[in-house]
Amino acid sequence: MNQIIQLSATELAAKLRAGEITSVAAVQAHLDRIAEVDGGERGIHAFLHVNTEEALAVAAEVDAIRAAGGTDAQALHPFAGVPIAIKDLIVTKGQPTTAASKMLEGWMSPYDATVIEKIRAAKLPMLGKTNLDEFAMGSSTEHSAYGPTRNPWDLDRIPGGSGGGSAAAVAAFEAPLALGTDTGGSIRQPGAVTGTVGVKPTYGGVSRYGAIAMASSLDQIGPVTRTVLDSAYLHELIGGHDAADSTSLNEPVPALIAAAEQGASGDMTGVRVGVIKELQGEGYEAGVQERFDESLEALRAAGAEIVEVSCPNFKYALGAYYLIMPSEVSSNLAKFDGVRFGTRVLPAEGPLTIERVMGATRAAGFGDEVKRRIILGTYALSAGYYDAYYGSAQKVRTLIQRDFDAAFEQADVLISPTSPTVAFELGSKTDDPLAMYLNDVATIPANMAGIPGITVPGGLSEGLPVGIQFLAPAREDARLYRAGAALEKLLEDKWGGRLLDQAPELSAATTGGVA
Amino acid sequence: MSAISREDVAHLAQLAHIEMSDAELDKMTGELGVIVESIASVSEAASADVPATTHPIALSNVFREDVVGPTLTAEEALMNAPDSVDTRFKVPAILDGE
Amino acid sequence: MAMHQEELVDFDVALEKYDPVLGFEVHVELNTKTKMFSSAPNVFGDVPNTNVTPVCLGLPGVLPVVNKTAVEYAIMIGLALNCKIAERCGFARKNYFYPDTPKNFQTSQYDDPIAYDGWIDIELSDGEVFRVEIERAHMEEDAGKLTHMGGSTGRIQGADYSLVDYNRSGVPLVEIVTKTIEGAGKRAPELAKAYVAAIREIVKALDVSDAKMERGNVRCDANVSLMLKGAEKFGTRTETKNVNSLRAVEHAVRFEIERHAAVLNSGEAIVQETRHWHEDTRTTTSGRPKSDADDYRYFPEPDLVPVVTTVEWIEELRSRLPEPPAERRKRLQADWGYSDAEFRDVVNAGVTEQIEETIAAGTTAAVARKWWMGEIARLAKNADKDVADLGVTSATIVELNSLIESKKINDKIARQVLEFVVAGEGTPSEVVEKRSLAVVNDDSALGAAIDAAMEAMPDVVAKVKGGKLQAIGALMGPVMKATRGQADAGRVRELVLQKLGIEG
Ligand SMILES: [Mg+2]
Ligand SMILES: [Zn+2]
Repeated sequence: MNQIIQLSATELAAKLRAGEITSVAAVQAHLDRIAEVDGGERGIHAFLHVNTEEALAVAAEVDAIRAAGGTDAQALHPFAGVPIAIKDLIVTKGQPTTAASKMLEGWMSPYDATVIEKIRAAKLPMLGKTNLDEFAMGSSTEHSAYGPTRNPWDLDRIPGGSGGGSAAAVAAFEAPLALGTDTGGSIRQPGAVTGTVGVKPTYGGVSRYGAIAMASSLDQIGPVTRTVLDSAYLHELIGGHDAADSTSLNEPVPALIAAAEQGASGDMTGVRVGVIKELQGEGYEAGVQERFDESLEALRAAGAEIVEVSCPNFKYALGAYYLIMPSEVSSNLAKFDGVRFGTRVLPAEGPLTIERVMGATRAAGFGDEVKRRIILGTYALSAGYYDAYYGSAQKVRTLIQRDFDAAFEQADVLISPTSPTVAFELGSKTDDPLAMYLNDVATIPANMAGIPGITVPGGLSEGLPVGIQFLAPAREDARLYRAGAALEKLLEDKWGGRLLDQAPELSAATTGGVA
Repeated sequence: MSAISREDVAHLAQLAHIEMSDAELDKMTGELGVIVESIASVSEAASADVPATTHPIALSNVFREDVVGPTLTAEEALMNAPDSVDTRFKVPAILDGE
Repeated sequence: MAMHQEELVDFDVALEKYDPVLGFEVHVELNTKTKMFSSAPNVFGDVPNTNVTPVCLGLPGVLPVVNKTAVEYAIMIGLALNCKIAERCGFARKNYFYPDTPKNFQTSQYDDPIAYDGWIDIELSDGEVFRVEIERAHMEEDAGKLTHMGGSTGRIQGADYSLVDYNRSGVPLVEIVTKTIEGAGKRAPELAKAYVAAIREIVKALDVSDAKMERGNVRCDANVSLMLKGAEKFGTRTETKNVNSLRAVEHAVRFEIERHAAVLNSGEAIVQETRHWHEDTRTTTSGRPKSDADDYRYFPEPDLVPVVTTVEWIEELRSRLPEPPAERRKRLQADWGYSDAEFRDVVNAGVTEQIEETIAAGTTAAVARKWWMGEIARLAKNADKDVADLGVTSATIVELNSLIESKKINDKIARQVLEFVVAGEGTPSEVVEKRSLAVVNDDSALGAAIDAAMEAMPDVVAKVKGGKLQAIGALMGPVMKATRGQADAGRVRELVLQKLGIEG
């Protein structure tokens, strides 16, 4: 494997600034890796679009500025020239955006998402757009209309979802950084099952403008990386107030890099870590529980005070989520009707009215999971059911927030396994929606309450990664980076290196890609 | 809470403007039934005196000043249109001819 | 669909048996610089799909942001309608599919409108004041504009396809909803017209809307039901959509009363439905019945946060309100020196603003009244149009008046000129020029015509000489004929007297 692609983003950025390597070389190394492991018969298939020319052009521009030196070079963002992959739910000018749906096949956005404007301004070359469950609905990336993504740890297993493409790209060294979106765990659960780091920021911490909405009151864009410090850098880059998003927090991004650097000492003295009683035990695999207990031990040994907290209303969280999310989905996805953009499908027979064209377009353009959620949401909002369903779910949301408020009286951060299981086999749950939904049982409460969460690698179970989740109060994202970086340091010391160093070697031979 | 019937699903599909075959309706009815049953506990959990949370982070009065900003050109507006005439989007008849 | 002739019952006969119950939903387009939720310009009539942002088109990924000025205008409308202003209110999504609605939901308000529980007093032509109670005034956004193509009529029925322009998509609207209005009796059509006129007057005075009904700035949905006199329960109502002129509001309410009475008299039931108004035939036709499809699945708009008002903010907005219409009327009547009857006629004719503008532009109050209540009103009646829709402006009247004062034309010619102005031939001066309508003031030409007339009518000349000066009128006919109507009557009189050596 080319050594450049094994560097963390922070390491790569340092070498770029020092002039040890060029951004063009870094981008080319990642493009080569993508060619080698992404596209073959058994390729990772993390990318739906590879943005070769533009990425190289931006890299060349950064190299030229650095070579010229002076104030322009000094004004560059520290990560200028470090390539990044973008979840294909985030709109980009000049690259197609599909949301992994047939509905948007070939659609070109005439505008950039706010986070993309920030990435362009910081001159991070965009490698391309990553695969996901259609419109971010799923926990395995098997609901992509363009085929599933494979888990780099085991090509017959899922990479999690919906952001399986971003997580797999980072885990497979196809990109050092990626953007994801997290509505019920779509950054954190893929992070857990691919052995990578992922952060869901506080709701409103990162602008949603340009992220194709799934459930507006739950969605957040966040970083997907291989190290906690890399996430801190990316989070500070994409975060902050945006006047185009009415739910954007009007306050500065917290000092996340500093928090990650503080945590990297491994010292947890005085930090109270709350173990959520309801997010362990039944339904959690034994191997997952073992790694979780080891993490707790490591934190305790590093000076953390481990306390147990109870969140009794979490048992309603999944149900409430599956009312609020589809309700918002049913409305957010109404715009996909074949009138202004995207696919238009004419009815096979009968009169050609717009009503029937919309019906045929949405029948052909949406996959089963999307339809299921639209119908469920339409039901939950319909007259006569609103109070019992949507109204009740919003009340449960209040109860979950109260549980968190009480828990954060006792603890600075909360901790749980990120996902109850390790990566499962492709196809094993596609016919059982409920079983699929249970993957997000530990990640959903944070979205319901708007609080931030991080997943960091917690070791292996049966050779597959286990994720450890920290949660913090709203606006206290810095605590996640402190605790996450500490656990990362403690466990890597124990493993004698990064978890991903233990991943099987991928090559053109294993994936059927281009050598 | 009543179970979800095939007629319910057909009606919902119509409201949602998604054409569904009979087979699809049958499958969807079964799946939705299971899901609806599993989420039924939510209404039991929520008592009357609990306020609803519509937005996870409470903000208010987020406004924009009344100042004109950049617009799309007609070309950009129509670049993805499935069908158009001059600078307008073209859609099939709204009402059935007969 | 075969058109069938609706059975009607004579209005007065219907009113002997039934009491009409009314309700109105008036949509007012605000004249903010930008749209409700996007910074696209709020401009009517440009090249289609040029005043749009990704938000106006509902593109994937976009988010709305509320226009503060639109909120303030909504509050001002609420205050002018004597409403309470919500301390806290939010936006909601109204979900329905229609190609002019880019997101396939309208962002509106649902159970917490920004203004509620108000009233306005409507002065009717008999001088009685009728109080209309306001249920709510809420903020929402307009839809795009559909143009139906193919078919014969340009209507939605029979069209082959439709074209969509989203320039209007997202224009801020305030929807004003009345409580049910009982007790209007046979004045129901008049009240309907006067109510919409009053709303228009208010939003125009507030300067929050251009308030041009012909441009759809103010649009009325009229609800009508009948109940048997003495009954306690309301009848089934129909909602006639988009009635877009004052006269049409009056006619639509009258038509629905006559139609409902006929249906009820025949023992059938009124279908709760929307009705379409047809200006050409002055009738309504059945739209779509109320059905399950009206399940709008409202829920709180997650992309927008609540509006919270403070006393200070509301009072600041209240201080911006113009004087209330009733007080304004009192002041105008005093300024203009009209009698009570004269002023009431002016108000009922709906030309208060026009007269005010005309006076401001430089005529006397008497002259302004003479034109707006006289010739213009007559032309409007003949053309079956609202006075406002004739294309006559204060500038027209000022120009016409100065042509008269400078003796370029006389009163009679001025009336002709006005007709040509209404017919679209240009400004008064242009019409006079093009049609050579200037008065013949050339004394030699006039003199010749007068000489000829006097010669032809010696008996008349004798009468005038004998002191019967009014006999001069008989000479006017032939003189006018000879000058093709362009002689100035006063000048003819002067010249006749001069020729006969009589002191005028
Ligand atoms: Mg209405
Ligand atoms: Zn409305």
